[in-house]
Amino acid sequence: MLRKLFVVFCLLSLFMSSKALWALTLNGAGATFPYPLYSKWFSVYKEISGVQINYAPIGSGGGIRQFTAGVVDFGASDAPMTDAEIKGAGGDVLHIPTVAGAVAVVYNLGEEGLKLDGQTLARIFMGEITSWDDEQIAKLNPDLRLPKRKIVVVHRSDSSGTTDIFTNYLTKVSARWAAKVGAGKSVAWPTGIGGKGNPGVAGVVKNTVGSIGYVELAYSETNKLPVVAIKNKSGKFVLPSVEGATAAMKGGLKNLPSDFRGEILNQPGADVYPICGLTWLLVHQNQVNEEKKETLKSFLRWAVTDGQKYAAQLFYSPLPEDLRTKVLSTIDSIR
Amino acid sequence: MIKGDTIFRKISFVLALSIPLLFCGLFFVVLWESRLALKTFGFSFFFRSAWDPIKGDYGVLPFIYGTFVSSLLALVIAVPLGLGCAIYLAEVTTTKFKEWLATMVDLLAAVPSVVYGLWGIFVLGPIFGFSLMNAGVLLAIMILPTITSVSREVLQAVPESLRESARALGATRWETVRLAVLPPAASGIIGAIILGLGRAMGETMAVTMVIGNRPEISLNLFAPAYSLSAVIANEFAEAVSDLNYSVMVEVGLTLLFLSLVVNGLARFLVWKTSSQGRIQ
Repeated sequence: MLRKLFVVFCLLSLFMSSKALWALTLNGAGATFPYPLYSKWFSVYKEISGVQINYAPIGSGGGIRQFTAGVVDFGASDAPMTDAEIKGAGGDVLHIPTVAGAVAVVYNLGEEGLKLDGQTLARIFMGEITSWDDEQIAKLNPDLRLPKRKIVVVHRSDSSGTTDIFTNYLTKVSARWAAKVGAGKSVAWPTGIGGKGNPGVAGVVKNTVGSIGYVELAYSETNKLPVVAIKNKSGKFVLPSVEGATAAMKGGLKNLPSDFRGEILNQPGADVYPICGLTWLLVHQNQVNEEKKETLKSFLRWAVTDGQKYAAQLFYSPLPEDLRTKVLSTIDSIR
Repeated sequence: MIKGDTIFRKISFVLALSIPLLFCGLFFVVLWESRLALKTFGFSFFFRSAWDPIKGDYGVLPFIYGTFVSSLLALVIAVPLGLGCAIYLAEVTTTKFKEWLATMVDLLAAVPSVVYGLWGIFVLGPIFGFSLMNAGVLLAIMILPTITSVSREVLQAVPESLRESARALGATRWETVRLAVLPPAASGIIGAIILGLGRAMGETMAVTMVIGNRPEISLNLFAPAYSLSAVIANEFAEAVSDLNYSVMVEVGLTLLFLSLVVNGLARFLVWKTSSQGRIQ
């Protein structure tokens, strides 16, 4: 009996060690925002190439921490690393933009077709406009019958890339917001209720008449919440969409620094949706392990070319053609 | 034989010791990781209302308030309900219905807290808003099975002879419970309540989903508030800067400390009531 067990054990360990030897594995950790797309990518890519990629969606902060500590082969973040953080991680960090996402402003009023501009949005989220029948809102929406109802602001309670994009936008369009609140993944909100995660905000908005909040595009689409058309830089009111964020990347291309650590908020262009942001994979330019380097490079190449076709169905915006070319040459610089 | 006993004693000693060691380890890691926040804010961290991650200004008083009041609300609702249910189960009914009811109560404990949270959003949300009250009611339901089951066990452990003596003296059923059953069970029931309180104070997911997450102290129970565990759940994952990270760990330290204080108080209460019981 014991002998048998021993043989089984030996065979099993042999099998497992051989598998570990032959299967290439990459480990990553970070942002939760692109996780649905990434997990799709990793499963498709495994079928194509046999490469196993493990990804822990622990949040951008955790991703940067683990990447800096060298625990994972790549990190993922919705906010670029700061110069100090890059220095702390060895100085050779490359930011590879993978997709962009739009942040939708959703509300619950019993009326559809609300239009707002950035300044009004900032004043609402600062608690300066407190009722739906406010003059400033009415001026933008002459066709709507706005009720005399208290505005309930709903924001994310957890620290998140979505909040970072949204508050950066408000900072960009409103000097008062910039001075009073500022931008970040988590800010001192002047007013409102906090909902946990996108589902939390969507849930609170759905159950609170008179509320207004912001969620990732995927959540406004799947929850069938009414969305606000936001006035873009060209003066047009645009609803959030996959195409709107791709247009923003196109519009922001020449302003984007060569290391891609920039934003694509409030870009010029008629079709541009103004509130959107990029998400990045973080990799070291100098790789130690030759085999791992090649695996990583071919995955990244695949992700920004063939992989892009999976983006739109999950409500992420694929990179525009000219940006892809630039990103590919950055990937080629990994050595 | 003697040798075997020595080995047994040593092994069990090591196993027993590992738990306090684990706790001390946990405590020191938390203390160590929060040193930056402790140094930056000192003791004022615990007595200030400030939460501005951009300016790096932190104070946890609103969170302590939220944790405390929501748990207290939960107790105020759950103790009469849970105790009533336990008394009914242990002292009043003896039918098949009892088994069924007891199972139903235990089932409440098996529901994951995310499900409670969702229920809080969709059912309690429209009634109470996203507020301390919502969190309190939700927590009450969540700690109900703990209080009920433990109290029932305690009541059932009261010797039958006490009940018989009371009845022999002509006591009604209510008088039997009040005079013969509840006093010897009191310390155990307090223990059950403490267990429930512990669960309420530590509950994270469900509370985060319904409390409104606003770091403000408001005496209005229908205003949004925040709790210690909720803020950790919300911000820890994305805490990038060293100070922010350290602050999150210090919030954990605060919660640990608060639980210790409450637990200590509870032990004292149990000890007080049980020693009083003995004198009588």
